[in-house]
Amino acid sequence: MRPVLSIEKVRKSFGQNTVLGEVSLQVPEHTATVLIGASGSGKSTLLRCINLLEQIDDGAIYLDEKEITSPLVNVDEARMRMGIVFQSFNLFPHMRVIDNITLAPIKVHKVKKEQARAEAKILLEKFGLLDKAEEFPDRLSGGQQQRVAIIRSIATHPRALLLDEITSALDPVLVNEVLAAITELKQEGMTMVIATHEMNFAHQVANEVCFLHNGFIAERGPAAQVLQDPQDIRTKEFLRKVSLN
Amino acid sequence: MTHSSNDNKNSNESWYPSELELQRQKVRSQQSRKRIAIATSSSVLVLGGLVLFIISSPGWELFKQTYFDIEYGIEVLPIVAKGITTNIRLTIIASILITILALLLALARTSKAAALTPFRILATVYVDIFRGVPLLLVILLVGFGVPALGIRGLTGNVLVLGTLAVVLTYSAYVAEVFRSGILSIHPSQRAAARSLGLTQAQAMRYVILPQAIRRVIPPLLNDLVALIKDTGLVSILGVIDAVRAAQIQTSKTFNYTPYIVAAILFLMITIPLTRITDRALQKSIAQQNSQGTT
Repeated sequence: MRPVLSIEKVRKSFGQNTVLGEVSLQVPEHTATVLIGASGSGKSTLLRCINLLEQIDDGAIYLDEKEITSPLVNVDEARMRMGIVFQSFNLFPHMRVIDNITLAPIKVHKVKKEQARAEAKILLEKFGLLDKAEEFPDRLSGGQQQRVAIIRSIATHPRALLLDEITSALDPVLVNEVLAAITELKQEGMTMVIATHEMNFAHQVANEVCFLHNGFIAERGPAAQVLQDPQDIRTKEFLRKVSLN
Repeated sequence: MTHSSNDNKNSNESWYPSELELQRQKVRSQQSRKRIAIATSSSVLVLGGLVLFIISSPGWELFKQTYFDIEYGIEVLPIVAKGITTNIRLTIIASILITILALLLALARTSKAAALTPFRILATVYVDIFRGVPLLLVILLVGFGVPALGIRGLTGNVLVLGTLAVVLTYSAYVAEVFRSGILSIHPSQRAAARSLGLTQAQAMRYVILPQAIRRVIPPLLNDLVALIKDTGLVSILGVIDAVRAAQIQTSKTFNYTPYIVAAILFLMITIPLTRITDRALQKSIAQQNSQGTT
C-alpha cells in the first residue's frame, strides 16, 4: 500500500539543541503509527514538522507522494489536507462548539454554511456531544473539549490525522472517552500518527509503534512486538519505567 | 459557613447548624457590627472635619460667591449645556474614526506579510510621533497650520480641524491598545487556526482579532473617557464647546461658576462611563480566569 505520509531523513534543531536527527517513517493508508518515548524525545516536534508548524532543517516530508516541505508548496493548502489535535485542546473560546467545527469547512473549503452545520451535527452526534453544539468551550469538561477538537480537525476530511499527546491534560476518567473516540476513527480507516504516553491505548490502536530516543527512532515494528518484546535496550528501559508508574 | 454546594440534597434537608456553628455566626455578626461602627465614625470625623475646615476658612464667603453662585449657575446652564453637545458630537464622530484608523494601524504593525512592509514602517513612525507629541500642540498645528497651507478645497472649519487633530493623536494611543490585545492572544490559538488550513489573514480575522478586541474593551472605554475630556482642548481653536462657552460667560462677569457648571456636566457623562468600564473590566478578568490557559 502506498504511504499517505512519508517522512525521509528529517532533521530539526532549535539552536544548539538537536531535536530530530534523521527520522524516517512511512505511514500507509488506513493505518495508525504510534510514537512513544520520553518527554523531549522529539515526538511533538515531529508532529509539528509534519503539520508544517515548524520548518525542518533537512530531509523531506511527502503527503500523498507530493513533497510538502518544498518552499514552493502553499502551506495552507498542505495543511488543509491534514488535521492536528493538540494536548491543550486550543479550541477558539469566543466561538460556540458548532462554530469551532464549521469555521474551517466554511472559510477554507468553501462548504455552504447549512451543509457544514449539518455535517458537524452528524459528527457531534456520533461522539455524544450533540447537546453541546451551541455551548461555548469553557462550559465543557476537558474530555468534551478534546473530543470537540478532534471533531474540528476531522470535519475537513483530512488525509491524515496527527494527535499530539491529546490525553495528557485530562484526568483518567476523561482519558477513556477521548481514546474511545480515536479507536472509533481508527476502525473507520482514518490514517493517523499518534504521540502518546498511554501504552494500553498504543497497543490497542497501533499498526506500528516507533520508539523515539533523543531524536532518533531507536526501535520500530508492529505494536505487539515493540511493546511486549522490545529488542532495543533503551526501549526495554523506557517501557519498564512507564509500567512502574 | 453557608452551604454553597448542594450536591447532596437529601442529606441537606435534615441539616441543622450545630451549636458550634451558631456560636460562630453570633461572634461573626458582632464583629461585623463593630466594623460598621468604626467605619461610620471615622468617615464622619474625617469628612466632617474637612468640610468644617473649608467652611471656616476666612475666604469662604467670597469663594462661595465666585465659584458656587447657584442662581448664576442655573442662568448659564443652557449656554454651557449647548456647548457640551459639541463635545459629545465631536466624541462620537472622533471615536468612530479613531477605531477604524487605530485598527488599521495595529494590523499593519502586527502583520508579517512582505507586501505590507512599507505600511508597517509608516504605522510605526506614525504611532511614535503622535504618541509623543502633546495633543494641545497637534491641535494648534492642525488648526492653524492646515488653513495656512491655503490649499483650495481644504476646510477652514475649526471644528473639523479640531476633530482631525484629536483623531490623529488618539489613533496612535488606541492602535497600541489594539496591538497589545493582538499580542496577548496565545500563539497556540494561531497555531490551531493555521493547522486547520486558515490563512494568516483568516486566522487574524476569525480567531485572533475577535478575542483581542474583547480583551481590550476595558482599556478602550478608559480611552473614551479621556477622549471626552480632551475634546475640551479644541476650544483653543475657537470652537464653542462647553469649556469655551463657560470661558465666555466667565470673562463677562468674572464669576467662575460657569466653569463649575461645565465640570459637573462633564462628570455627568464620565462618571457613569467609568462605572461601565469598571464592570467591563471585572467581567473580562473573570472570563480570562475561567478560561485558564487554553
